[in-house]
Amino acid sequence: MIDNHILAPIFVQLFTAIAQLMFWRKTLTQRFLSVGGSIISLLVAIRLFSRVQSDGILTMNAANWDAPFGIVFVADTLSVTLVLLTSLAGVAVSIFSSVSLSRQRMLYGYFPIFHFLIMGLYGAFLTGDIFNLYVYFEVIIISSFVLMTLGGRKAQLEGAVKYMAMNILASMFFLTGIGILYGITGSLNMADLALKIQSVQNKTLVGITSCFFIIGFGIKSAVFPLYYWLPSSYHTPPSAVAATFGGLLTKVGIYAMIRVLSLIFIPDDFTKTLLMVIAVLTIVTGAFGALIKSNVRRLFSYLIVCHIGFMVGGIAMFTKVALMGTVFYLIHDIMVKTNMFLIAGLIRQLRGTLDMEKLGGLYRDYPKISLLVAIVLFSLVGIPPLSGFWPKIFLFQNAFSQQQYFFAGALLFGSFITLFVIAKMWSQVFWKNPPQEELIDDRFAPMPPYKKLLMVLPIAFLGAITLYIGLNAEAIVNVTDEISNQLIDNSSYIEAVLGDKTN
Amino acid sequence: MKSAILQTATRYLLPILLLFSFFLLLRGHYYPGGGFVGGLVASIAFVLHSFANGTENTMKILRYKPLSLIPIGLAISTLSVVAPLLFGLPPMTGLWFEEPIPVIGMIGSALFFDLGVYLVVIGVVLTILFTIALEQ
Repeated sequence: MIDNHILAPIFVQLFTAIAQLMFWRKTLTQRFLSVGGSIISLLVAIRLFSRVQSDGILTMNAANWDAPFGIVFVADTLSVTLVLLTSLAGVAVSIFSSVSLSRQRMLYGYFPIFHFLIMGLYGAFLTGDIFNLYVYFEVIIISSFVLMTLGGRKAQLEGAVKYMAMNILASMFFLTGIGILYGITGSLNMADLALKIQSVQNKTLVGITSCFFIIGFGIKSAVFPLYYWLPSSYHTPPSAVAATFGGLLTKVGIYAMIRVLSLIFIPDDFTKTLLMVIAVLTIVTGAFGALIKSNVRRLFSYLIVCHIGFMVGGIAMFTKVALMGTVFYLIHDIMVKTNMFLIAGLIRQLRGTLDMEKLGGLYRDYPKISLLVAIVLFSLVGIPPLSGFWPKIFLFQNAFSQQQYFFAGALLFGSFITLFVIAKMWSQVFWKNPPQEELIDDRFAPMPPYKKLLMVLPIAFLGAITLYIGLNAEAIVNVTDEISNQLIDNSSYIEAVLGDKTN
Repeated sequence: MKSAILQTATRYLLPILLLFSFFLLLRGHYYPGGGFVGGLVASIAFVLHSFANGTENTMKILRYKPLSLIPIGLAISTLSVVAPLLFGLPPMTGLWFEEPIPVIGMIGSALFFDLGVYLVVIGVVLTILFTIALEQ
């Protein structure tokens, strides 16, 4: 069904960014615009989500050029779910950054760039054209370079160089893959590619091309052995920025992987084995990395890597149940990981450091905030009935029915290590008495009450959503069920884009 | 660097280059040219002026900061992208006036998109160059 309004979330973000550029150096106006724009785009995303739920897949032919000649935007259930989650995370981060960031960073244009980044994410989720996907990836990484280097401390620049080098390499692989794909099929529309790739005689070339895509998306989503840029760069920018990165950017890689593998390169045995090996190694290395870190944000960065492995493993099995697990984990992970970095920002505000050796006594001083944080940490670990628990059931069940015992073992190992490091972190940061009482640099207590509220509110907001995902899992399972049906049987997507021309 | 020849030449070249950049902008729809090239030529005109007369003097004749051109240009482009939605068409569809306008020719929403690009390019190039020039 054609709906010309599916790009509305993108335009809301774009106009917000432009309005903020007009109020350059007026940081107070920018903060109000940022929160207002994020809330409006959340409402628009909710409307889009409910429309797709009631009317099925929506498409839009940009500039009125029919598919497959023009650029198509497609809103299927997976896309709109991710747009909705991005909007939720966007609202939380925008409120959090308007109270936690220094004025200096805002003067150099933090807010417009943040909204360009969210716009890029929406675009990547909604586009139905593989080259357009590349363009939105570029929008995302250029915005993220700026966000990462804003402030210009030495550690930040060092992290940014690693981040930039790896991401440019990823884009290069991705673009090369697109070039070969266009060369062998003569099309860039993903639905059209799905049909044309089947009639290509040279299957080896198709396999090699799919490797280009897997490497490109693999670097972006930080899988083994291409993950090392993530832990060495995500701890350098301010926590509000790291929250957007940790929660959303690696998941775009996973989304692109799901999309490309479900439409164009339907995984054969080789691809499945390759992805499974990558997934197991990613879980193991991420878990080991998390074990030895004493800085809270570095620990969270390694947990991102570890949990990316869960999702890649689900993609590797590529059955309906496994994809349900992957998508459910994606939904859970975006909310929780964004929240984790916001919590790291809050801890820094409370104590002035993120080194676990020097932290302590938060439960004694701030019991209510600690309780809130505990809910989020429990969800991350996957204590039933919270949100991290449900997707693992699907993944375990499928790992056993497919006899993927290595993956089942890795899943178990990853979950236990997560439990262990989070328990260690909890006892070090919240329960233990601070080692040097007099060195505590509490910048939270002198803040005015409304600022305190605005700093805790986003964490509570995302925490409430996590609770909703966990306690109302039936609704989420229904959505993931629909998504994985669309992914396994891609004919509905192709039909929505190309109409009746398939025959 | 003060050179009488360059200063005199710039006095005549500045309007000519600006006119040429506008010509490039307008012919861009069907022929080589367009907002990006036009914007580059226009910013070169100002860069030449700053070589001859110093960056401070160029900023004086511009009156406004080049940075302020960026949001204006972006807004014009985005509005021309969104405008077709009001007529029930997908974004980015070209809308055209029925009658050609003397000198300029047919006017459509694509021209406004190009105009936005033109302003953004001038704004970005001049902001970068002036920032580097004033740092020294």
